[in-house]
Amino acid sequence: MDFNEQCANDEVGHEVKVQRMKTRAANRLAASFKKTMLAFFNVLPIIIGMLLATSLVITVFPDQISDGLFGNGAALDALLGAVIGSIAVGHPLASYLLGGELLGGGVGLVAVTALLVTWVTVGIVQLPAESLMLGGRFAVYRNLVCFGVSIPIAFLTVCTLQLMGMI
Amino acid sequence: MPEKTNRSVHGGWFFLAVVLVGYGMSSLFDWEATAQALDFFMILIRQVFPVLGLVFVLLLVANLLLTPKLIKRYLGKEAGFKGWLGAVGGGILSIGPIYAWYAVLSELKAGGMRTALIATFFCSRAVKLPLLPLMIHYFGLVYTLILCLYLVIFAVINGLVVEKLLPQKTE
Repeated sequence: MDFNEQCANDEVGHEVKVQRMKTRAANRLAASFKKTMLAFFNVLPIIIGMLLATSLVITVFPDQISDGLFGNGAALDALLGAVIGSIAVGHPLASYLLGGELLGGGVGLVAVTALLVTWVTVGIVQLPAESLMLGGRFAVYRNLVCFGVSIPIAFLTVCTLQLMGMI
Repeated sequence: MPEKTNRSVHGGWFFLAVVLVGYGMSSLFDWEATAQALDFFMILIRQVFPVLGLVFVLLLVANLLLTPKLIKRYLGKEAGFKGWLGAVGGGILSIGPIYAWYAVLSELKAGGMRTALIATFFCSRAVKLPLLPLMIHYFGLVYTLILCLYLVIFAVINGLVVEKLLPQKTE
């Protein structure tokens, strides 16, 4: 085999290798795309169901429920704030608005903080969807721990502000 | 198809059916409120649509690049500090409603992501970077900074407690 023939063979070999790599990459992309589509299709009814449930709860849940319930001491108010935040659904911005209104209405900062924290970390309405995707035990424990943790966070935040002389 | 995935598929459709039955019952009692809820649903779906696109891309990237070995290395038991940093940072940076992230976390969990890190990711979501200016506007800068600091600290504690409570799987 002369030098030119050797070069031609090497070139063909290289092209075959490149072609094989391209095919492998294309196959991998197609397989990943198929897997993603399947995962997405599986989660779609859960997301649509969640959005429908959220819309119904927001419309049916009256704003007045949160008014007139506070004023039973910091600990009970914090617990109540955490409960309302856990049940409530919607954009976190709504929790700031509600929190601001409650503060303006004389509700303590501890209760408002507990509400802000549970609003985004605890989801009673989302629990079925979370259980389906990540396991029932995980969803229940995670939400319970987040609920429990929201009260120390609220007290610590307010205590720190008091220690700093900010309130 | 694994049994768990199968259950999740059927469970998802069952969940949607239950919600639709709820709508049907609600419409019998208060048609106006149900119509309002449907209008609100349309607004929500428009808001969530771009996030779903992002979720799809992230799922595709996860399926394409993240092998179980890689996930175990960076988000598994042996991930160490990097894993915690990833969970807290990911939670803070994640946008959109929480349920949009279930699919991504479910895939990562199946690939070997540590339970504590999933719980930490969820708790860290309480720190909303894009909404910080609004939070500062309503509650003040110092309050916002202190609350965010405690949220991050407790996100890690939360993760560890949830992992401790859940039965350990034998590998």
